[in-house]
Amino acid sequence: MAYNLKEAVKRPERLTGGHRMCAGCGAPVVVRTILRAIKPEDHAVIGSATGCLEVSTCLYPYTAWKDSFIHSAFENAGATISGAEAAYNVMKKKGKIKGDIKFIAFGGDGGTYDIGLQSLSGAMERGHDMVYVCYDNGAYMNTGIQRSSATPTFADTTTSPAGSVIPGKTQLKKDLTLIMANHNIPYVAQSAPIGNFKDLHEKAEKAIYTPGAAFLNVMAPCPRGWRYDTPMLMQICKLAVDTCIWPLFEVENGKYKVNYKPKNKLPVEEFLKVQGRFRHMFKKGNEWMIEKFQKDIDEKWEMLLKLEG
Amino acid sequence: MAKRDRLSGNEAVAVAMRQINPDVVAAFPITPSTEVPQYFASFVADGKVDTEFIPVESEHSAMSACIGAQAAGARTITATSANGLALMWEMLYIAASSRLPVTLAAVNRALSGPININNDHSDTMGARDSGWIQLYGENNQEAYDNLIQAVKIGEHPDVMLPVMDCYDGFITSHAVENIELLEDDEVKAFVGEYNPDFYLNDRENPISVGPLDSVSHYFEHKRLQAEAMKNAKKVILEVAAEFEKLTGRKYGLFEEYMMEDAEIAIVVINSTAGTAKEVVKSLRAKGVKAGLIKIRVYRPFPVDEIVKALKKVKALAVLDKCDSFNAAGGPLFTDVTSALYGRADGIKVINYIYGLGGRDVKTDDIEKVYERLADIAKTGSVGEIYNYFGVRE
Ligand SMILES: Cc1ncc(C[n+]2csc(CCOP(=O)(O)OP(=O)(O)O)c2C)c(N)n1
Repeated sequence: MAYNLKEAVKRPERLTGGHRMCAGCGAPVVVRTILRAIKPEDHAVIGSATGCLEVSTCLYPYTAWKDSFIHSAFENAGATISGAEAAYNVMKKKGKIKGDIKFIAFGGDGGTYDIGLQSLSGAMERGHDMVYVCYDNGAYMNTGIQRSSATPTFADTTTSPAGSVIPGKTQLKKDLTLIMANHNIPYVAQSAPIGNFKDLHEKAEKAIYTPGAAFLNVMAPCPRGWRYDTPMLMQICKLAVDTCIWPLFEVENGKYKVNYKPKNKLPVEEFLKVQGRFRHMFKKGNEWMIEKFQKDIDEKWEMLLKLEG
Repeated sequence: MAKRDRLSGNEAVAVAMRQINPDVVAAFPITPSTEVPQYFASFVADGKVDTEFIPVESEHSAMSACIGAQAAGARTITATSANGLALMWEMLYIAASSRLPVTLAAVNRALSGPININNDHSDTMGARDSGWIQLYGENNQEAYDNLIQAVKIGEHPDVMLPVMDCYDGFITSHAVENIELLEDDEVKAFVGEYNPDFYLNDRENPISVGPLDSVSHYFEHKRLQAEAMKNAKKVILEVAAEFEKLTGRKYGLFEEYMMEDAEIAIVVINSTAGTAKEVVKSLRAKGVKAGLIKIRVYRPFPVDEIVKALKKVKALAVLDKCDSFNAAGGPLFTDVTSALYGRADGIKVINYIYGLGGRDVKTDDIEKVYERLADIAKTGSVGEIYNYFGVRE
């Protein structure tokens, strides 16, 4: 059935309201969209790495998760959910479980690109029937906006502060989606919550219902870390996609497909200027930063188009 | 009907695992425990078990996968040594506090650095306060028997804690000895089915595991965890009694060897007890009232029982195959002396650190310890409390 937002939102929420994520945070929007792709008759076992999502959705004695949920530590959502999935296989074989269970792990970029990369890589390589979702907000937000390997170049964070000598983060953002694509797993995709959520919903559906390991990298803006006005969440995601800073693409059985090619590719400034973390890039004398940022993004975009072939 | 066999410690433990037929095994190689998952992987490959074997990419992930699996409703076992156990550290605490009865075959090896593959107890001693029950075994038979009992102890509703089956690397893990094995169906019946009340894979009754616990609840949860460890003592003895009925092999919290009228004694853990018993025997032949206590259950620590067993001793040496680097004494020494304090004052106690990094333990060394104890008993003068043997100074 063709995707229809009005129909999709009729499905019961699997992450209920009342959690403590900030207003204007992308993560719960991403999570709810992904969970809507689970068939209502299926149960899910959901894991989360330590981070904003976990500490705001499961505070004893409350939980915002309607499905089963497990948090164990920061760097091991991949391994933890892989264990639950292995348990399911045996229990199912022994006739202890009727019906289907889907296994989904969530991690922030810190818990995924950095400290949890090994655990994620292991779980994907072993081919567990699970989806790992990185909600990428580009820094360790839970501990107070420290840089991660997903932080964009020049971003001002508390451990890559834009100072008078060093202009924010000096390194490039790690290409995690490509790293995961090179794990030769059946499905890898990059998405963002934009428009009617069609892109994210469909990718989540594919990821969840493709047998084997799947990885989703989803942009999830953070109003505190990125310093934007909370109502701008959706607009910022759209700008990320229209500037090609966050391309929407998928890799299905090794085949690349770029899902959205903006007719009018916007200059990176459009994305940068609405966020406080890039403010210093617009000071007089810092024009080279924007030029470099644009050049890096253009190169990445060209490379992606080549991969698509 | 028991079967006689000749197996290495690791092989015996792997056989116990096959007989337990756990739902999930997640493990990573490290000497000297590697053989356990190796043997087990071949049982899986040959269809001798129903287990899902997860060949994880690290020990941190091994314990994480065990936590995920056990929380999901599976009976789960892993094995490791030394650095592998150290890499699991964070997750050991989380397994215990989540009240997940994972079982771990901990093959004792010296903890780096410097890197050394041989036996001492620095690995599991470092994890003594992680909330895991720790059982120690002198030989292959005990390693095998303890693993089977571990599953039943940990899963008891009054306990629900993870359990380590600790035995000495190489000395026990690789040495082939005579052993009595249970029949497969006897083990199966003994451990029973694992049917937890709450588990992730229960579609009808979803649960959340591992919440953020605030000031208003954390302490109560830790208090409950502490209570479970207290309960474990009784359960360990009940399980041992049931095991004795099945096998005729008697297990307690510790073994008392010639302690009845002992005036001088040592307290020791694992394979060194075998060597030390020989010394006790020869001393007894000469009329010396020597005795020995071999710890089986180190966590929970059997305080009252140890005091009762040691009450009449005049001089005591505690042998630690691990140093604490507290400039005061090893972990077993600290625990034994604090047990005695206020309960059996007046016993002269000294400590020896020995055997680090696999240094040989000779009967001569242990004889000298008893000689010194005899001297202390006679003169009442203790001298140096914190000592070493078998090391070049
Ligand atoms: C082993 C370990 N190191 C550090 C921490 C502290 N810590 C908790 S959450 C977090 C940052 C999480 O960042 P990210 O994964 O990007 O998720 P976010 O909070 O941004 O959603 C850190 C550093 C921890 N819990 N465990």
